[in-house]
Amino acid sequence: MTSAAQAAPANERTYDVQRIRQDFPILAQQVHGHPLVYLDNAATTQKPRAVLAALEHYYATDNANIHRGVHELSSRATTRYEEARAAVRAFLNAADDREIIFVRGATEAINLVADSFGRRLRAGDEIIVSTMEHHSNIVPWQMLCERTGAVLRVVPIDDAGEFMMDEYEQLLSPRTRIVGIVHQSNSLGTVNPVREIAARAHAAGARVLVDGAQAAPHQLLDVRALDADFYVLSGHKMYGPTGIGVLYGKRDLLESMPPYQGGGDMILSVSFEKTVYNKLPYKFEAGTPHIAGPIGLKAAIDYMQAVGLERIAAHEHELLAYGTELLAEIPGLRMIGTAAQRSSVLSFVIEGIHPHDIGTILDREGIAIRTGHHCAQPVMARYGVPATARASLAMYNSRADVEALARGLKKTIEVFS
Amino acid sequence: MDDLRDLYQEVILDHGKHPRNFRKAPAANRSAHGYNPLCGDQVEIFLELDAAGVVQDISFQGSGCAISTASTSMMTQALKGKTLAEARALFEQFHALITGTGEPDPEKLGKLAVFSGVREFPNRAKCATLAWHTMCAALENRAEPVSTE
Ligand SMILES: Cc1ncc(COP(=O)(O)O)c(C=O)c1O
Repeated sequence: MTSAAQAAPANERTYDVQRIRQDFPILAQQVHGHPLVYLDNAATTQKPRAVLAALEHYYATDNANIHRGVHELSSRATTRYEEARAAVRAFLNAADDREIIFVRGATEAINLVADSFGRRLRAGDEIIVSTMEHHSNIVPWQMLCERTGAVLRVVPIDDAGEFMMDEYEQLLSPRTRIVGIVHQSNSLGTVNPVREIAARAHAAGARVLVDGAQAAPHQLLDVRALDADFYVLSGHKMYGPTGIGVLYGKRDLLESMPPYQGGGDMILSVSFEKTVYNKLPYKFEAGTPHIAGPIGLKAAIDYMQAVGLERIAAHEHELLAYGTELLAEIPGLRMIGTAAQRSSVLSFVIEGIHPHDIGTILDREGIAIRTGHHCAQPVMARYGVPATARASLAMYNSRADVEALARGLKKTIEVFS
Repeated sequence: MDDLRDLYQEVILDHGKHPRNFRKAPAANRSAHGYNPLCGDQVEIFLELDAAGVVQDISFQGSGCAISTASTSMMTQALKGKTLAEARALFEQFHALITGTGEPDPEKLGKLAVFSGVREFPNRAKCATLAWHTMCAALENRAEPVSTE
């Protein structure tokens, strides 16, 4: 594809994607006899060598339990763990390290808020989410409604997959206690105007939880500029390990919330007469945490910041536009999700070919995409499709990857013709 | 590409695009619902069993991938006129074919042998067998939907 290389825009030339690819050892392999084209990044991202090295280094040299030891290894492990907290704080531009709680993933972070913040809800209170939420930002709220008699309200999306601000305004009321909104949709790629959504929620006296699981690897974040009350992350979707996630919460709010789980580390003192809970952030980190998780996550954050999140975003934006262009040439293909503000996701269906069959045929070409409902069944229902095929981009994807996708789709159509 | 051609054989593509017995059976006295949460495939099987336990009519509705639609379509053709016991025995043959376990008898399988390519695609086995599991549920008149997960 020399013509494509010549036509490559400035960003592709200055952004050295080949060098970045070399930092991700998993990418250098053949699948079914073809070079791997990994386009399932919204499900999970691959890990740069720096993350693998950080995990190895931690277990090889510093491993010990944190916070309670007087010995050298324990103090090193504690230092690394707390350094990671500071790195996440800086990544989110939060005000204070104590606002960063380590959890298992975005799912656990949302469950923590639904459980702990949720205890202040009463029958008749209202919770608002949008149609484009991941199941993890729907089900914990439904469970909370079951427990309390609160009511879940849903902001619809339009045909392009955009959040309907006017309908949202209609749903907000003095009964609204919390609004759960995805920053970037995993099934549509829509990037939501969360700052405005938060402002309107605050005007109604409600709190806002922003699900940043998908946004985090694709844009520079600033929770204070967004004025999010809660912001949640999943480490594995931002080049870090699985099993580690983050709950950011405004300090006064977290202070006012009861603990989520009980156990070691989350207490100051325990007696059968009276147990005193620990301060933030430990109040919400019961038991021995996944110590290596934050350490790996910090390495991932360092890696993204070294490349530069704005440069990553520009590269991916360019690729998304190129991919959208190439897919538009595929006969019978319909994009699902065409919001004006969209990032890193190409979700589509092809007339007469089920997404599952598309996925199998692409797989035989070494191309990894996801097919199914993407844990967003209400989105599928909104578009009247049982499933979509979804290619999702990351910082290491190249023009060659989306060209391979387009070729693979043409082949799929051949098989079915 | 060859194993793809083995998977997506002409007959399978044809049944995938033009499923047979794709309707509600007017006199159905058994039915069941099947669901594959992984890919969203939905199927509803309708059976008309006579007093002797012979399948007088069998049909289906739903949406699914080429493999699952073709499998359902060809199953309905294969089972018409069969007894309950014969239907179950055929499922065993088909299951052996799909999973590559045991020795399926090509004579008993007949046209269903075109699904032999699925063996090379273990993550598609559920697509091919959803209809059959659902058919068994319908025979037993099970109320709860069949799920592959
Ligand atoms: C938008 C969004 N929110 C939340 C989650 C849940 O993340 P995890 O499964 O890592 O907890 C996902 C994962 O797919 C997601 O895409």
